[in-house]
Amino acid sequence: MTMPYETILIVVLVLPFAGSCLAAFLQSNARNAEAWLAGAISLICLMLLVVSYPHIVNGGVIRHTVEWVPELGLNFYLRMDGFAWVLAALIASIGFLVVLYARYYLSPQDPVPRFFSFLLAFMGAMLGIVLSGNLIQLVFFWELTSLFSFLLIGYWYQTAQARDGARMALIVTSAGGFCLFAGILILGHIVGSYDLDRVLASGDKIRAHSFYIPALVLILLGALTKSAQFPFHFWLPQAMAAPTPVSAYLHSATMVKGGVFLLVRLWPALGGTNEWLWLVGSAGLISFILGAFIALFQQDMKGLLAYSTISHLGLITLLIGLDSPLAQVAAIFHLMNHATFKASLFMAAGIIDHETGTRDLRRLSGLRRFMPITATLAMVAAAAMAGVPLLNGFLSKEMFFAQTIETHDNSLLDQALPYIVTMASMFTVAYSLRFIAEVFFGPPPRELSRTPHEPPFLMRFPVGLLVLACLLVGIVPGLTIGPLLRTALHAVLGDAIPTYSLAIWHGLTPEFLMSLVAISGGVAIYLTFRSYLLVAEGPPLLRYIQGQRIFDRVLVAVSWQFARRLEELLGTRRLQPQLQLLFCAALLVGLAPMFAHGIEFGGEARTSFNVAFALIWAIGCACALAAAYQGKFHRFAALIFVGGAGLVTCVSFVWLAAPDLALTQLVVETVTTVLLLLGLRWLPKRIEKFPAADPPERDSSWRRFRDIGIATAFGAGLGALAYAVMTRAEPDSIARFFVENAYALGGGTNIVNVILVDFRAFDTFGEITVLGIVALTVYALLRRFRPAAESISVPEQQHSQDLYDEAQPTREKGDTLRSAMTIPRLMMALLFPVICTTAIFLLLRGHDLPGGGFVAGITMAVAFILQYVARGTTWTEEHLRILPVHWMGAGLLITACVGAAAWLFERPFLSSSFSYLEVPWIGSIPLASALLFDIGVFALVVGATVLMLIAIAHQTVRSHRTPSSRASAASPTAEVG
Amino acid sequence: MSMMLAWSVTTAQILLGCAMACAAFRILRGPRAQDRVVGFDSLYVNAMLLLLTFGIRTGSTLYFEAALIIALLGFVSTVVLAKFLLRGEVIE
Repeated sequence: MTMPYETILIVVLVLPFAGSCLAAFLQSNARNAEAWLAGAISLICLMLLVVSYPHIVNGGVIRHTVEWVPELGLNFYLRMDGFAWVLAALIASIGFLVVLYARYYLSPQDPVPRFFSFLLAFMGAMLGIVLSGNLIQLVFFWELTSLFSFLLIGYWYQTAQARDGARMALIVTSAGGFCLFAGILILGHIVGSYDLDRVLASGDKIRAHSFYIPALVLILLGALTKSAQFPFHFWLPQAMAAPTPVSAYLHSATMVKGGVFLLVRLWPALGGTNEWLWLVGSAGLISFILGAFIALFQQDMKGLLAYSTISHLGLITLLIGLDSPLAQVAAIFHLMNHATFKASLFMAAGIIDHETGTRDLRRLSGLRRFMPITATLAMVAAAAMAGVPLLNGFLSKEMFFAQTIETHDNSLLDQALPYIVTMASMFTVAYSLRFIAEVFFGPPPRELSRTPHEPPFLMRFPVGLLVLACLLVGIVPGLTIGPLLRTALHAVLGDAIPTYSLAIWHGLTPEFLMSLVAISGGVAIYLTFRSYLLVAEGPPLLRYIQGQRIFDRVLVAVSWQFARRLEELLGTRRLQPQLQLLFCAALLVGLAPMFAHGIEFGGEARTSFNVAFALIWAIGCACALAAAYQGKFHRFAALIFVGGAGLVTCVSFVWLAAPDLALTQLVVETVTTVLLLLGLRWLPKRIEKFPAADPPERDSSWRRFRDIGIATAFGAGLGALAYAVMTRAEPDSIARFFVENAYALGGGTNIVNVILVDFRAFDTFGEITVLGIVALTVYALLRRFRPAAESISVPEQQHSQDLYDEAQPTREKGDTLRSAMTIPRLMMALLFPVICTTAIFLLLRGHDLPGGGFVAGITMAVAFILQYVARGTTWTEEHLRILPVHWMGAGLLITACVGAAAWLFERPFLSSSFSYLEVPWIGSIPLASALLFDIGVFALVVGATVLMLIAIAHQTVRSHRTPSSRASAASPTAEVG
Repeated sequence: MSMMLAWSVTTAQILLGCAMACAAFRILRGPRAQDRVVGFDSLYVNAMLLLLTFGIRTGSTLYFEAALIIALLGFVSTVVLAKFLLRGEVIE
């Protein structure tokens, strides 16, 4: 293999995601193809990891860095040391076994592409966590695992249990992920880098920092929620609604290990303090005891295994919390062992569920007769879980016992620790025994819907392989797990690996005695309480305190009751109070500094008085005031007033030497008038007198005075601010740069346009995207819009004209319209090419003189709209296919391609270039890549404007139809799209 | 620019302003909606002419182009307003 090792990391990370995309597109019943694909990908990952093993043994690290935002110290950094390797190998190998198992577990009715796609993506995200050398990158993959866990738990989303479990898991783990992110940010702030190597090397600095406690607590919140540790353990039993392969993979072998992985990973940086000992240690201890105790009382096989997982993860967390190198050895060792025996037990539980149709321990019995091989395998795995000698669980548990005997801070709890953990281990033994005894021993089962039998060989094969691993590690640990464990330890502890022994027999040590006591005590507990356990409804005392119920209550209170009360208190659906609040708030914010510091006007020279200009402004003011005055009851008149004020604004722009702005304002005015008139059609007419106003109408004059007051204050304030700004010397701002460099760097003399399409092209790119989204949203909303009942009938004018036409024998319906529109129609048809030419002219010369894509786009849209006005929707769409959505799509594509083309020349996105082109007859024309960009803007603006206006216009076509034909015929707007 | 031209341009601007004021009066006063629309159209025409006087004063062709745009697109508002009055809706 000649592949460089750095590339292997990338491949290992990318392959599962690529496979996930591929898997999503296979056929929904392609179980075999999916399994082959997923299995092959996990095997390839595993092989690549095996190949790279020589490079990470003895403390070697494989690194691969891709610069991302180097200015902020953010690099995409993959890093594999021994510890990461062990975890990655675990993820890939158990992933392979789970895929094999899932092939037989899923029924032909299940949509397999979704399952395997999510599973592979999860595998990729999990590999991302362990291979991340950058902590922010780690958090990213961390959140991805939460997301895919959510999707996989909710795989059978038809059942409420799956949905609730998935939601709870997502909320708990992603809230934890959020805390983790905050913690990582603090950690990065302390260290000055998010680089894992640097963080691990600055342990002393971190521990001495005043932010150590917040960082520690936040990171622990992330790790403990992920690993389902007390008090966040409640989501894991709920997550058992997932398909069993998911439970085996995510919720026992890998994802829940993410939390303890992170703790071990950051232990050199964060550990070694009393806070660590107490926070991590106590969370682990409580989870260990509580999980073991509750597991004993579960009647559901998977529930038992879930609580057992919480308990074992608690054991690992406790070890990490004990804060000594030897404890880390035990923690890593148990982490690997737990993955093997718990995954095999989950798979066995899944097989039993699959073959018998139930997971209830009370209904299962005597299955040993029907499935002897599965029974044997499950017994060995359960024995490993209980810590029976000659199995892997025994070895790591003995190490664990030895660690609890050690003195840590010599508190009362520390002294009592060996007794407490022995007690808890009795429960471990008891529930392991109960699992086996209830399911496989006793009389043959009754009340089962079918006769159970052995599953297909390949479904049992993964279980067998994992159990074999348990046995091999348990019997010859030095040969099997020894080197791997040493590699992992080398990565975590550096060269200072403490001496530990993996031998099976250490003599009659205290920890061996503890094991013996635990096993015999566990057997005794089970035998004593056996009959009680079968009828018990949950654990005594604790059954009343249920984490998930408290969680649900809190969730309901926060997201439903509290939110509704807040909405009642502050929310309103009426526009006027909303605007009033908004304006008053803005007024206050504006006035506060004015009162605090006063307002000064500068001494710049004022422009001289001009009679014509003053006259025009008087007209503008009169129009604006009239619009406000008539806005409520004479909408048509108000619209004309607004148009007059708009025109005065345009003239002012021209007068004050801003022709670019004037041009844009002018076309926008035109389109706005069309838009408002289109809307006006659907507003109901004024109801002159309400029949007997009840309750009597309140006097509204005080309200009007108040509103006038607010409006005047607001306008005066804005005017004063503008005056204050304009009368002082222009500060030396970025504007100067644009003025000086527009031609030199952008190749255009129209500075506004160069800013839009070159200097600030990325902003423009964002803006046109937003414009496109808005247009599509308007279209989508109007497609289902039904006008008010009052305005749905044909307008009065049309009605009377139709009546007149029909009454005359020589006339046909529609003649009045035809004769009235003859000349305008001709004019508008003739003007169509003229306006189009103007639009193209404005577009092409926009880079140097007033114009540009936006103005040109609206002008073009006006040309189209005019044809609609002249001929009506039906005729126009028969003769002119405009397809606004295609225009928009083309516009976005063009801008994106122009931007991306800069990459071909190894320049940043949207870099522009320009040169001159000699065209015969026309001469030398400037040719900037920004022009192409502007063409994209043009196309998008045309599409968006036409789409929105026509969407309103189509209401007419629709309302003419009868309700029955409306339901059957496709919407006419579909032709537009 | 000669004195004569400067004076005539100023006079033209003031007179055009007065014309706009007359049109604005018709817009504001009405009484019929049709009167307002016609007033609005003449407001546009006067504004276009006003821009031409700017062009003469400054000698820049930019103003002529702005006037051209008004001439070309200014009638659109009038047309749609008139169509609305005629038929009760703009696009049928």
